[in-house]
Amino acid sequence: MQRGMLSRPVGLLFLAPAIVFIAVFLVYPFFSIFQMSFTNTTLVGVNAVNPQFVGFDNYVALFNADQWMRRGEMGFSLLLTAQFVIGSGLIGQAVLGLFIAVLLHNRRGFTRELVFTLAIAAWIIPDVVVAFAWFAYLAPDGTLNNLLNTLGIAGPDWLFKHPMISIIFFNTWRGAAFSMLLFSSALSSIPPSQLETADVLGASGWQKFRDILLPQLTPYILTDLLLITLWTFNTFTPFLLTGGGPSYQTDVISIFTYRIGLRFFEFGKGSAAAMVVMIINLAIASIYLLVSRSRKVRA
Amino acid sequence: MASIKIQKLVKTFGTVQAVAGIDLDMPDGEFVALLGPSGCGKTTTLRMIAGLEVPDSGVISIGDQDITMSQPRDRDVAMVFQDYALYPHMTIGENIGYPLKVRGVNKAEIIRRVTDVANQLQIGHLLERRPAQLSGGQQQRTALARAVVHRARVFLFDEPLSNLDAKLRLEARAFLKYLQREVGVTGVYVTHDQSEAMALADRIVVMSAGKIMQVGTPLEIYRQPANQFVAAFIGSPPMNLLAAVSDEAARTLSIAGHTFPMRENFAQASKASVIGVRPEHLTIHTQPVENGLVGKVYVTQPLGGETLILVHVGENLISVRVFGDDPPELPEQVWLVPELSRMHYFGEDGERIS
Amino acid sequence: MTTRSRKPRVTFRFMLGTLLAYVIAIIFLLPLLWFIFAPFNDHAVLSASIPASLSLSNFGEVLDSDIAMRGLLINSPIIGIGTMLITTAVAALAAFGLSRSRLPGRQMWTYVLILFSSVVVGTASMVPIFRLIFEIGLINTHIGVILVMVGGMLPSAIFIMQDFVDGVPSSYEEAAMVMGASPLRIFKDITFPLIRPGLMVVGIWVLINAWGAFLTPYLLLRSPDLLPASVTFYRFYDEEGSPQITLIAAYAVLYTLPVLVMYLIINWRYGFRFFGGIKS
Repeated sequence: MQRGMLSRPVGLLFLAPAIVFIAVFLVYPFFSIFQMSFTNTTLVGVNAVNPQFVGFDNYVALFNADQWMRRGEMGFSLLLTAQFVIGSGLIGQAVLGLFIAVLLHNRRGFTRELVFTLAIAAWIIPDVVVAFAWFAYLAPDGTLNNLLNTLGIAGPDWLFKHPMISIIFFNTWRGAAFSMLLFSSALSSIPPSQLETADVLGASGWQKFRDILLPQLTPYILTDLLLITLWTFNTFTPFLLTGGGPSYQTDVISIFTYRIGLRFFEFGKGSAAAMVVMIINLAIASIYLLVSRSRKVRA
Repeated sequence: MASIKIQKLVKTFGTVQAVAGIDLDMPDGEFVALLGPSGCGKTTTLRMIAGLEVPDSGVISIGDQDITMSQPRDRDVAMVFQDYALYPHMTIGENIGYPLKVRGVNKAEIIRRVTDVANQLQIGHLLERRPAQLSGGQQQRTALARAVVHRARVFLFDEPLSNLDAKLRLEARAFLKYLQREVGVTGVYVTHDQSEAMALADRIVVMSAGKIMQVGTPLEIYRQPANQFVAAFIGSPPMNLLAAVSDEAARTLSIAGHTFPMRENFAQASKASVIGVRPEHLTIHTQPVENGLVGKVYVTQPLGGETLILVHVGENLISVRVFGDDPPELPEQVWLVPELSRMHYFGEDGERIS
Repeated sequence: MTTRSRKPRVTFRFMLGTLLAYVIAIIFLLPLLWFIFAPFNDHAVLSASIPASLSLSNFGEVLDSDIAMRGLLINSPIIGIGTMLITTAVAALAAFGLSRSRLPGRQMWTYVLILFSSVVVGTASMVPIFRLIFEIGLINTHIGVILVMVGGMLPSAIFIMQDFVDGVPSSYEEAAMVMGASPLRIFKDITFPLIRPGLMVVGIWVLINAWGAFLTPYLLLRSPDLLPASVTFYRFYDEEGSPQITLIAAYAVLYTLPVLVMYLIINWRYGFRFFGGIKS
């Protein structure tokens, strides 16, 4: 064994501050949510001081078969979340990001800088600001509809008539930069000689993408999909745009959990919802990990 | 300065035995080269002396002190790394002075000693620069200066010249030799370059597969290689090794289908299964001669001051070195005559017979 | 020809690609267009339009709002810089410790943590964190907000930082070990200066995130004079909840500008290098 520069105790000393933070703000909440989800804890009142153990009542309430798929209930929210994640995460961000990265691969200069800077601006501008920007953009008399008017199309009140489509486009716009940066950094690690060889052989653009770029991007695509799925699943920003409405039409799971737990301060039920969310997160992560594992084994 | 003593040193990485039980005694002031092909365990041995690797078993002592398990900082050694490990964020002066700063030497003293050493190594005018602004040779000298600025008990060198181009390497080698003679340090020098080892070391330790093959002065190693490995490894081009069969009754030795009469040293030759002869100890003839191995010229490589000729003799490819800047004109068929007194004999176990 | 031409040939396909790139650029620009014009238009409405005359009166009015300016100039910087300093320092120490002490399964641990931090985030973990902060008496304090945000960002920060720490050649530290330096000294003199780009990248990444964070301060802070700009943004809504468009536009620009400038600096100096480290 090579002498690590630090002995194990000294190494742990360097790690100690991080361990404390992670224990308190990640591990503790996890177990606390688990424990609270079996109680009827609230913020104020009798149950705040002396919460009762209620077994699976909170879960039963969440999964109540009669109401499950009604508006504002968990099943309905999960369905909306699935639409949102698939639409804005997997299709929107990942595909758009990959498309931009491939389109601008091997390009330098103004065009590339312009697209990258705008996409990254959309990504780093604070939540509340982009939310308002889109509120203005999609308003009945906002920029988008004015633009459509000049083309002779009467635009609807987007956030009222098509709230889910609105937040899908919003979130695609908001997050595409991450996939774009990830893929373009991955592409830049592919030696140009590989594409030049293909050029010499007379391969078409699509063949080059399919046979050379895509196979080497696959591990990055998996990582990208994993992160984007988790992030989109948990993002709270649509709340700033629609508040979950109108009439629960954009009540995705992060907003649902917030509503139950923090707006109504039903900590018990909120924790049960959070628990379900975390289990789904874990399941998503495990599926991706299994897929990437089995790929590695075959490779 | 101090002596170094290594006893039964063993180091395993996973299933690979990098160092397989070596013993070495270095008196105070000796400069030893660890020589061998890559993966022979020489660098691992050096790193164990420095304290950067922990041995599985065995003892390393510096002076009379057992330092096998102590931290690198408690060993009082200095080391020059293959990549020099010059800190890019420090100036040359700060780099050289760092070992002193770490040891709490006061500022004025640091400046004095850094200036001294730098001037001695002809980099005194570069002290304000950063490593990236220096040439390879200057960086190498900086690394050297940083090692010698603090008079450590032992100096360790891990292939310090391998990143230099051929010309600079020769210069740096001569310089190292000069420095070593002036300063008279106890040093361990790891290299895979035999000419470097021959030129610099008091003694050479030839290693292979984690074991010591031979320890000796450069000339001992060249003249009396202890086994076939050393014979084949030392010398450029390496020694020709040929299968041999002896005939007790006729007192002859057959090599590559040719029979040599052996009078004086038949006693040792008769036990040999392989004989070795260096390319420079063969003469080449264009006419049939007594005791000549007949062969066909394969290629001729004029190298300036000498010419290297490869000759097929039976199934063997034998190299011959001819000195002088006039490459010989050779017919297809030639006769090679070995100097019988400079033949080396190796037994079936590969060990030298003498 | 001895040099390879880096300039692509101008073909029909190349032109088409450029055209597509500009279409994408416009799509990204459109929602932001409003912020370019509205702040300088004292009669701004929700639709972006070039103002008839440039006016700075919107900014004047925003500057008069004490709570909003306090959020922007005091509270957001305190929370942002506090979170940045703590996260970066803790992450650097942890990355160094992980990388140099050969703890068993270190690769796996960072991966598990990244996963964990993606899983235990957002609204899901806010219930217990809210209670925790409430019970230890840090509710309605900056330090409470900072600590919570450090905890959330730390795993990713360590992950990014590790790339930089692992990039330091081992001989640099080994040389210092042989020269007699202690671990803390090596960290201070050698490793820390050498991972400065990593500190910058992580620091600015944290700062941008903390600057924009809404949910944590919104939930943990109550006093108006403690709120950061992300929350005081909503000061510019009237009683019925309708936005005061002109003021929001001006405030949004003031609030966003530092982040954009920081992005430009990091991009100019280091590029978005940290994404090179993310692969499975």
